[in-house]
Amino acid sequence: MTQRFRADLAIIADLIPEGSRVLDLGCGNGDLLQLLTQKGCTGTGVDLDPGNVLECLRRGVNVIELDLDTQLGEFADDSYDFVVLSRTLQTVYKPRGVLAEMGRIALHSLVSMPNFAHWQNRLRLLRGRMPMSKDLPFDWYDTPNLHHSSIPDLEPLFASLDMVIDRRIPLDADGHRHRAGNLGSNLLASSALYVLHARR
Amino acid sequence: MSTPSLGIVETQIATVFDRSDPLRMRSGATLAPVEVAYETYGELNAQRSNAVCICHALTGDAHAAGLHAGDDRPGWWDNMIGPGKPIDTDVWFVVASNILGGCQGTTGPSSIDPETGEPYALDFPLLDMADFVEVHRGLARHLGIERFAAVVGGSLGGMQVLQWSLTHPEEMGSALIFAASSRLTAQNIAFSAVGRQAIMRDSGFNEGKFLTRGTTPAKGLSVARMMAHITYLSEEAFQEKFGRSAQAGELSPNFGIDFAVESYLEHQGQRFLSRFDPLSYLYLTRVMDYFDPFADEHALDALVASPVRFLVVSFDTDWRFATEHSRRIVRHLEGARLPTSFREIHSSWGHDSFLLEIEQYHETVRAFLDRAAEDLA
Repeated sequence: MTQRFRADLAIIADLIPEGSRVLDLGCGNGDLLQLLTQKGCTGTGVDLDPGNVLECLRRGVNVIELDLDTQLGEFADDSYDFVVLSRTLQTVYKPRGVLAEMGRIALHSLVSMPNFAHWQNRLRLLRGRMPMSKDLPFDWYDTPNLHHSSIPDLEPLFASLDMVIDRRIPLDADGHRHRAGNLGSNLLASSALYVLHARR
Repeated sequence: MSTPSLGIVETQIATVFDRSDPLRMRSGATLAPVEVAYETYGELNAQRSNAVCICHALTGDAHAAGLHAGDDRPGWWDNMIGPGKPIDTDVWFVVASNILGGCQGTTGPSSIDPETGEPYALDFPLLDMADFVEVHRGLARHLGIERFAAVVGGSLGGMQVLQWSLTHPEEMGSALIFAASSRLTAQNIAFSAVGRQAIMRDSGFNEGKFLTRGTTPAKGLSVARMMAHITYLSEEAFQEKFGRSAQAGELSPNFGIDFAVESYLEHQGQRFLSRFDPLSYLYLTRVMDYFDPFADEHALDALVASPVRFLVVSFDTDWRFATEHSRRIVRHLEGARLPTSFREIHSSWGHDSFLLEIEQYHETVRAFLDRAAEDLA
């Protein structure tokens, strides 16, 4: 699955300064952390999927198996420079709780989330069907996505948690920066990547 | 199930400390001579870089894998160690030794005190986790191994691995710690205490001098083992194995052995008598009670200066050392920014799961060590 997200992971890796210590929540097979070792970064992945955890171990990526919704308390305050939550926020039970923990664990966060208000999704809804797309490749009854939000829906959540948006990077369906940039992003962007910092 | 594939193996004995160079113990006492029973599997490579050390649990021994001549039961971790197994002897040179204070070839309280010509009994010095490590290190020197690629252990074995990584991290590349603890809870200590009391209150104990007085605290030792055994399995495992079934077809109420589970515990207790020494049981369980390395605020200093890669594994039905014990270790290691991986493995079998062939567990060890082997090359 992560293969499809390579472009978006490369953007995330570019945004993280050399030598940073990174906690990657929902790290999948460890692609991002492996990419980051090339920049002298260290870090830990978190995932619950056994196949992903084994692949991380096989690749030499540190991985801690735990539940994002209930067990992020295992990580100490400010123990990382960056916490990454890539395309996972919509799958956790309590996005607010997870984001609050991220702000506690690191000053800087990178969060990406599919934009359910993308024009193709709107069209599908207008035709009377639930959105399905490259970014949302699931039937409604068989999806890990518990929460659906648009870009304007998401941003007040960050604000309410004292997480300041340093950058918003709209992405296209392939995970590349959207050519239109922030212009009409809630209509055009398939997903959005946020660089945040916690107000302390 | 896997079959023993290492063939016939033999336990060897090495003297790793002697009168001119005694073991200096954490308590300040010295001990000499110190003999160690050990086995090795696989081949040490020319760079001497592919050695893996196995630390055994409370009542284990040096016979971790393969078969002893004339025996049909393989070593205690035969499902883990061997050609093509998670600890692959086609890649690794595996060293398994018996613990200091044990009773299966390594110097312990039943060994002869050269000063008196009689068994040490309770004059044997009290042990510390660090003393186990010193003896393992002595064996490594004897074998010409300066650094282990990995040190591996479960339960008390995992505690030895942790201690070793904290005090001599430069001597290992990776540390694999399964179903272990960095600090026993009051409940853990309570179970140990009752086991020890069963032994010491047995009329055959004779203030520990039973070896020279021709008695034995067999009843106490078997009760200690029966009780400990209950903590090694989960409630679910007991239920699945025995339920409430009768030993002899149907229940016939009496105070003897009526339920199948009672018969099983009796068997475990009896079998233990032939292979374990009550004094070793006292000494080894006491080390675990006092083990609390992170109580020292500088515990992690050496390790931070010379990082080791950690794999910590717990089992979800282990109530002897529940997952919280492993998480505590992980919090300390990961909190010190050490490269740490952790998994909680699902298993029905409780604490003893670390001895069993559980797919996710074995695959985890295999993935971690395959990577370590690659890093070696």
